Amino acid sequence: MRIAVCIKQVPDTAEVKINRETGTLVREGVPSIINPYDMHAIEAALGLRDALGGKVTAITMGPPQAEAALREAISMGVDDGLLVTGREFAGADTLATSRALSGAIRAIGADLIVCGKQAIDGDTAQVGPEVAEFLDIPHVSYVRKIIEAEIDHEARGSIKVERLMDEGVDVVQAELPALITVVRELNTPRLPSLRGKINAKKTEIKKLSAAEIGLTPEVVGFNGSPTQVKKIFTPAPRCGRRVLEGGLEEQVEALVKELMEKKCL
Amino acid sequence: MDYFLSEEQMMIKELARQIAVEKIVPVRQELDEKEEFPWEIMRVLAGSDLFGLFIPEEFGGLGKGSLELTLAVEELSAACLGVSTTYAANALGTYPILLFGTPEQKQKYLPDIAAGKRLVAFGLTEANAGSDAGGIQTTARLEGGHYVLNGTKQWITNGGEAEIYTVIAMSDKSKGPRGASAFVVEKDTPGFSFGKKERKMGIRASATRELVFEDCRIPRENILGREGMGFIVAMKTLDSSRVGVGAQGVGVAQGAFDEAIKFTRSRVQFGHPIIAFQAIQHMLADMATEIEAARALVYHTARYMDSGANDVTKVSAMAKLFATDMAMRVTTNAVQVMGGSGYMREYPVEKMMRDAKILQIYEGTNQIQRNVIAQNLIKEAAKAK
Repeated sequence: MRIAVCIKQVPDTAEVKINRETGTLVREGVPSIINPYDMHAIEAALGLRDALGGKVTAITMGPPQAEAALREAISMGVDDGLLVTGREFAGADTLATSRALSGAIRAIGADLIVCGKQAIDGDTAQVGPEVAEFLDIPHVSYVRKIIEAEIDHEARGSIKVERLMDEGVDVVQAELPALITVVRELNTPRLPSLRGKINAKKTEIKKLSAAEIGLTPEVVGFNGSPTQVKKIFTPAPRCGRRVLEGGLEEQVEALVKELMEKKCL
Repeated sequence: MDYFLSEEQMMIKELARQIAVEKIVPVRQELDEKEEFPWEIMRVLAGSDLFGLFIPEEFGGLGKGSLELTLAVEELSAACLGVSTTYAANALGTYPILLFGTPEQKQKYLPDIAAGKRLVAFGLTEANAGSDAGGIQTTARLEGGHYVLNGTKQWITNGGEAEIYTVIAMSDKSKGPRGASAFVVEKDTPGFSFGKKERKMGIRASATRELVFEDCRIPRENILGREGMGFIVAMKTLDSSRVGVGAQGVGVAQGAFDEAIKFTRSRVQFGHPIIAFQAIQHMLADMATEIEAARALVYHTARYMDSGANDVTKVSAMAKLFATDMAMRVTTNAVQVMGGSGYMREYPVEKMMRDAKILQIYEGTNQIQRNVIAQNLIKEAAKAK
């Protein structure tokens, strides 16, 4: 099975600080990591490859330093990395990003595409499904379990998964090629191996520009992004926390009274 | 300090540290309290290729040397000595095969060991043969195509959990030490069983059991080296592994020191963090200095061994002795600077102190190490005349 994993290099939000005046992220000096949801996507892809054979390619769109994310994926066992890069891609929203990624996937060919459900910096959860739409293939988002996957010699196959929904779980089967986006419950990402790390140092990362995937500068990056940012602000900290005092009965009484006043009970 | 490690050596250190921080630190207290064997962590180490570090590439390993193994052991030991003992004892049990095995024996065992599929243990100690290895009473009697083993090995690390055992037994008691031989015994061989799991002061994640041989028949080709070479196999094995115990000392001391620094910066007494007091500062300064000195000795000994030197007995004994006596002092002082908190199980240093004690005892007590060093000094002095 040819599997493509879309990953994104993001700032480690555990380390990020916010500039209170401008309301923007202070990115200087913040370490970059692979988006945590994408780690689960990598693990899912590696698990399927280990079981069914084939090859896993990690793909990312980003500046040259995003290569580090691809090498980290290779150190976990991914076979090779593909970096979609160039100045023309800068300022992309989810639509332009999906267009670029789908172009790269079309260029290499894939039976299954695995993405994290969303990135921890943008939190849109749009890129995975949009890539599937550009490729005109089925997609299943929020996958929490892969029940079975199969593929024959002519690349005909299917994947059956559990999709995590607010009100429960759907069991969905899709014909390949297909795209899935995954949630944390799916698996525990493996650590890198020493052979993987050595391999990651040596492997040459393939790079693709917009022209090489058949896209003009008008449809990628800032130019290809219809999203307009109206305002960026820091949400006001939630306040109003109150610690109830007194004996247990008094506290329960006060809590019930307050909840009734707020029409919660 | 920069020890001029190569890029690959740095990778090994980083990888072992990542495993230590992400997989060992969160469970070490539970493993200690439940005295639970760390199979889950062994599987992670296997997946990370760390079991293959010191095994030649032709047998599925990475073909690295003592220094690389030392780096991995040090990082794992900083998190949990019980886990690192399990890992290091596997190497100890493997050395007899690596150093004395025939190509067929190596081909049979090393690939599985390198992949972490089968764990190894080394069986030398007995009830009456500890520091005096000459007191071995386990026998190996040749009967046709088999050796028949009888006797009991005591306090064997990885006993019961390992699948491959390298065991020293007397094949000819009348010859004394020259009558010992080394053998490979596989788990599930009829006549081979295990005693109860020992209850220990520290390194409780590691398993320690008796190996019991009752008319245990093993194929004649399971002998390592020739008949009568058992003591040479044991001594060369210990020459190779001792520096690893030194690395455990450096690791556990560093782990305890890091906790002590963190604590003394945040604990306030008399209106100041206690690290502001000279009494604490001098203790920390001594601890840091001793750790660095031990690390330098351990790393350089490992490098010396990797250079192909064959006079490694004295320096490896020095590295083991110095680094483990240091580890006992530093872990004890980490508890001391942390005071009552250091004594409580909420903090990891009391465990580190309990764990560190074994380093002065196993793989040759530190008194035996001094004997070994002194014997070599006497030999060198006699030669120089």
